[in-house]
Amino acid sequence: MLDDTDRRLLRYLQDDPEQPVSALADAARVPTATAARRIERMRADGIIRATRAVIDWAALGYAVEVSLRVTLEKAQARAFDEFLDAARAVPEVVELQTFLGRVDVRLSIIARDMRHYQALYRESILTLPHISEIEALMQVAPVSARQGLPL
Amino acid sequence: MSWDATDIALLRALTRNAALGTGDLGRVIGLSQPATWRRLKKLREAGVLHGARLDLDAEALGFGVTVFLGIKLATRGRVSLEDFERAISAIPEVQRVDHVLGLYDYRVRVVARDLADFERVLRRRIMTLPGAGDIESNVLLSEEHRDGPLGALL
Repeated sequence: MLDDTDRRLLRYLQDDPEQPVSALADAARVPTATAARRIERMRADGIIRATRAVIDWAALGYAVEVSLRVTLEKAQARAFDEFLDAARAVPEVVELQTFLGRVDVRLSIIARDMRHYQALYRESILTLPHISEIEALMQVAPVSARQGLPL
Repeated sequence: MSWDATDIALLRALTRNAALGTGDLGRVIGLSQPATWRRLKKLREAGVLHGARLDLDAEALGFGVTVFLGIKLATRGRVSLEDFERAISAIPEVQRVDHVLGLYDYRVRVVARDLADFERVLRRRIMTLPGAGDIESNVLLSEEHRDGPLGALL
């Protein structure tokens, strides 16, 4: 079970996952050895899965990001699996999410520019199986991307 | 700036584990430590590597529900976008806010302990925001992050 010290460490660590343990320990007001031991334990327990690099796709040349909200033909028993398998094969798909709600699946896709997006949309997205409805939300700008948990 | 297959392999390794040192990273992609360090520096300077995020097991930490909201502003033009953005970003349960074009004005990711907790956040914090109009909620069932073009470029 996690105690207040663990939660405090996680709170500071998620603000800056790359800081050295000594800085983290100072911020959380615990000895460095304690911080190191507890972080190690939370990694071993799977509470901390990984520290992952964040890639700026725009800096890699992918300036366009679109969120595609898809409703599937649910009369087809295998619609979900077949749609997801086909979507995974599209290299420009960077995120796949399934939902309970009005939308069944959301795909995040990236493209070099609007022309590239249009080609992708026609050739790789509209050809995916079992789509009943599809709606596009174009990313204008991230307002905040804290991504952390309110620990 | 153009990137080769080794840069892409480096990025892939870092999206799996950004905590690796340059020595370990170099072994994964088959480069010496100094050569790995130079490439990392270039990727950072070009802004391709944009920090890191901690991947936590939200459920084990007591956050069992993630909901995506589509929010349409009610009185466009009369509400300050900045005020709305600042207010919604300040809600602790809000993990991410994106300004989008289309059916909605904002896409918002919210995390909560359970559905009752989510309802509390939605009713007390989000629906009461000045300017919040039509709100659609979709409860997340599963999520996958893909390598994207990093997988195909190799």
